Amino acid sequence: MKHDYDSSAYWKETIKLLRNVLILWFLVSFGAGILFVDFFNQFHLGGYPLGFWFAHQGAIYFFVAQIFYYAWRMNNLDIKFDVHED
Amino acid sequence: MDLQTTIYIMVGLSFSLYIGIAIWARAGSTSEFYSAGGAVHPVLNGMATGADWMSAASFISMAGLIANMGYGGGLFLMGWTGGYVLLAMLLAPYLRKFGKFTVPQFIGDRFYSKGASLIAVICLLTASLTYIIGQMTGVGVAFSRFLGVSSEVGIYVGMGIVFLYAVFGGMKGITYTQVAQYIVLILAYTIPAIFISLQLTGNFLPQLGLGSTLTGTDVTLLAKLDSVVTDLGFGKYTTTTAGSTLNMFVYTLSLMIGTAGLPHVIMRFFTVPTVKDARSSAGWALVFIAILYTTAPAVAAMAKLNLHSTVNTAVAKGGDLYAPEASIQAETRPDWMKRWEKTGLLKFEDKNGDGRIQYYNDKSKNEAAVAKATAAGWKGNELTVNADIIVLANPEIALLPNWVIGLVAAGGLAAALSTAAGLLMAISAAVSHDLIKNQFVPDISEKNELLAGKIAMAVAIVISGWLGLNPPGFAAGTVALAFGIAASSLFPAIMMGIFSKKMNKEGAMAGMLAGLAVTLFYVFAHKGIFFIKGTDFLPLIGGANSFFGITPEAFGAIGALVNFAVAYAVDKVTPEPPAHIQAMVESVRIPRGSKLVDGSH
Repeated sequence: MKHDYDSSAYWKETIKLLRNVLILWFLVSFGAGILFVDFFNQFHLGGYPLGFWFAHQGAIYFFVAQIFYYAWRMNNLDIKFDVHED
Repeated sequence: MDLQTTIYIMVGLSFSLYIGIAIWARAGSTSEFYSAGGAVHPVLNGMATGADWMSAASFISMAGLIANMGYGGGLFLMGWTGGYVLLAMLLAPYLRKFGKFTVPQFIGDRFYSKGASLIAVICLLTASLTYIIGQMTGVGVAFSRFLGVSSEVGIYVGMGIVFLYAVFGGMKGITYTQVAQYIVLILAYTIPAIFISLQLTGNFLPQLGLGSTLTGTDVTLLAKLDSVVTDLGFGKYTTTTAGSTLNMFVYTLSLMIGTAGLPHVIMRFFTVPTVKDARSSAGWALVFIAILYTTAPAVAAMAKLNLHSTVNTAVAKGGDLYAPEASIQAETRPDWMKRWEKTGLLKFEDKNGDGRIQYYNDKSKNEAAVAKATAAGWKGNELTVNADIIVLANPEIALLPNWVIGLVAAGGLAAALSTAAGLLMAISAAVSHDLIKNQFVPDISEKNELLAGKIAMAVAIVISGWLGLNPPGFAAGTVALAFGIAASSLFPAIMMGIFSKKMNKEGAMAGMLAGLAVTLFYVFAHKGIFFIKGTDFLPLIGGANSFFGITPEAFGAIGALVNFAVAYAVDKVTPEPPAHIQAMVESVRIPRGSKLVDGSH
């Protein structure tokens, strides 16, 4: 069974999406939660120092959102390049 | 009804539920035994993955460690959730498309070599066994409190129950049982947290309660906790980091990539129907995990505050923590302390003979705190609380109703059992399928393959139970070591197998061996060879944490770097993989044409 899809363009777009999601993944955890935690701790979110909040709460919320965003974008890519499952 | 009876009833009810489901869904063929025939809905699969994932380490141990560590404990929270992003994007959909049962199968086929598959089996067994040691420690804690025995006896009882439990069903039994276990464990974790959050802050959601002010005051919970613990000579709760920023960074990274390299978690994604489902399944798993993981820091901080206000009445009333009458009298200490003293995990010793309990940091570098303690006639910390008991004791500390305490006991056991069962499945599949069938006896009958798998489970339980008697650390710390091992050995090989068409077998094998060897060397130097007490060799590497202050639990990320570097270097000087392998990698990257896993290969 032959399909005429452009697998290298599909892969290129996939990698681009992965890169973008991974940058945000790094920023909310390693960035705000660890490397720049002292800077963010100057600010407060309710009773939370902000850096502490990222490390103990916020990063996790972002992770969940990121996976669903990724899944949604990938499903669209699959359809756009006609590589989705039948 | 008294407390002990209530606990028996709660645990008994939850067990009959799991056993009932296991009987209802008993597995028949090998294919069903390992992957439930590939027909589990993403949301259910996500819940089961959550139960599988959230082990004794997450449920029993983690919040206690966070309570000890403060801000630095966030490495467990970020590390054990952030890995799902990597798993969802880098591995799960591609492994699902590849369509095999196990990680060693993927590695063996992608790197066209039985040798690579054998190395993967070794890595998998090392990581999974280490993981189970941590589980056994946790199981021991839960059973010792539940039966009122020492934690050693608790481990023996746990070994027996885990064995019966894991051999009974297969993956399908386990998938549906695990959905039930998830529900039990998440209720058990959140209900006491909601109660305590309401008590302390009047806020219903623990996630918000942690950021609120204490009832009847305008001081925030975290600010209050900060001031109490620093006054008693401990590190400031919201800023104390885990060793150093570098250590915290690599520790978090190790847990993240270890998550994505743990075979019993990856195996989950073979059981969803499509590639599309594999992507969202990881998201659903993380939703269910996040409910516990965002509650845990609230449990940690609130339990710590409650513990301090139990032994020191000035915490709640205000005033001088060092006043003689502030420390509670040993005779009037609450019943829950006496109950936990029986397990040996909570100890009280009246060092200055005043009949009161002083709980503070006697090794503090905070001179003001040291001076105050000396002036008050305190002669050392008198209360030792094992971090692994915090969650189980939490509802008792907060004086919650008996049924809540019983529910927490049931939840702790659910967490420990479900993960142990999932790990034993991975071990059993690796030994019977990847080792015996694919390497040595290709024409083994299906019946003997299942039998070999069950024997492998029994051996794994005995070894890990025995090592669990002298665990290399707290449950969560031991489990972190397992993640480091998976991170340094399996994750890089799988990732390169998907994202590099040119990575060849020589590179992958050398990488896995190098990553595993360097990580084990560093870990064994600290914890003893194969975690056997007294065989550590710290002087050889120049003392504890000698590699830039990195702790052995955090070393997996360094091992993974070594793995990538060695694999790349070896790949450059050896022939590239055959054309059909490169074509296979191309096809793995595209969802179209995926089919259900079948047992014939």
